[in-house]
Amino acid sequence: MRPLLTILRRDLALLLPGGQRGGTLLPLLFFLAVAMLYPFAVGPQPELLARTGGGVIWVAALLAAILPLDRLFAPDLEQGFFDQWALRGIAEEAVVAARLLAHWLSFGPPLILAALPAAALLGIDAQTLWTVELGLLAGTPGLAAIGVMISALTVGVRGGTALAGLLLIPLAVPLLVFGAGALATGGAGGIALCGALSLLLVAVAPFAGGAAIRAAREG
Amino acid sequence: MEPCRLSATDLACRRGERLLFRGLSLRLDAGAAVQVAGPNGTGKSSLIRILAGLLRPYAGAVEREGDIGLLDERPALDGHQPLSQALSFWRRIDGGGNAAVERLGLEPLLDLPARYLSTGQRKRAALARLLSQRAPIWLLDEPLNGLDVHAVALCEALVAEHCAGGGITVVASHQPFTLPGMSRMVLAEFAT
Repeated sequence: MRPLLTILRRDLALLLPGGQRGGTLLPLLFFLAVAMLYPFAVGPQPELLARTGGGVIWVAALLAAILPLDRLFAPDLEQGFFDQWALRGIAEEAVVAARLLAHWLSFGPPLILAALPAAALLGIDAQTLWTVELGLLAGTPGLAAIGVMISALTVGVRGGTALAGLLLIPLAVPLLVFGAGALATGGAGGIALCGALSLLLVAVAPFAGGAAIRAAREG
Repeated sequence: MEPCRLSATDLACRRGERLLFRGLSLRLDAGAAVQVAGPNGTGKSSLIRILAGLLRPYAGAVEREGDIGLLDERPALDGHQPLSQALSFWRRIDGGGNAAVERLGLEPLLDLPARYLSTGQRKRAALARLLSQRAPIWLLDEPLNGLDVHAVALCEALVAEHCAGGGITVVASHQPFTLPGMSRMVLAEFAT
């Protein structure tokens, strides 16, 4: 347990905003940039912005989650960290689970906070904002889990980053359908389904990611 | 040191379409050391990774008793962090002491980000990580690469001490490695 806490602390230091693995404020700025530019692109009609703004926040969140994927596993595999952990009997699954938590903390809560200024920029009302925030809370763990799995799977592949982005988008569609869909129906059912999907993905990710890391090492 | 043993029977290794070696067996008991020699591309690194359990052999089996310490070309130290912190990450996991840093003459480098270290300095830092791990079985892949004469002698002395204390060492290197009582295995003899 102690080694894992040490690893988690390193992950957090690397991935949290201001961390060392470069530009972790980038997803946040990217997210806000989308919210700022959207009114310029579609025109400033308030009713249009209010109607579509929630969906735009969701799409921006999805794209922001892709940005850190190339740095999640590749550097550690190249520098031999995973080999050394394996020799010490620390399972890849446990390392991936710690990384999943750190990855989510690095973009989930910041995005939920950044949705507040984004909502102001898009002129979204309080009721819709509440639905967006709940949806993001339910959906971002699932986005993080998909990201971690894809990042681990593409770790040994050349041009893996571009591939990771391409793979993440279709896999994230169900989360988007239920999470952003709740905006249209206004119901809690969509958010609940989104949360259930998230839980499932979070449960699967450490095992899929661990197996992928082991396969990459054999290659 | 805890009792240790490392034995391999009838190992074969395949990389891609090529069979690098086959029919390789070895048995090392406490205090034993072997140098695996041979030119580039004969499978020295692959053998080390098979012995470490990081690579599945194409055929054969490896039995280990005791923890494995691996030193290869990848130091597993965070480049952006000062060397002291990069090393203390592993010390927190392994629970080892600080003596290795002094032994390897790393004190003047402790405040330097690890990525600014030279090849030899990085190797010495990795040796410090290995020492504080206190694993009974050492698998060293080209441990002398980039080391100066002084550091080479130090590395050889460390291995000698490790074996005298009941540890096992496998050195894969194309360079001469001086250690009294060390046996030598030429990989080319097992080539196909």
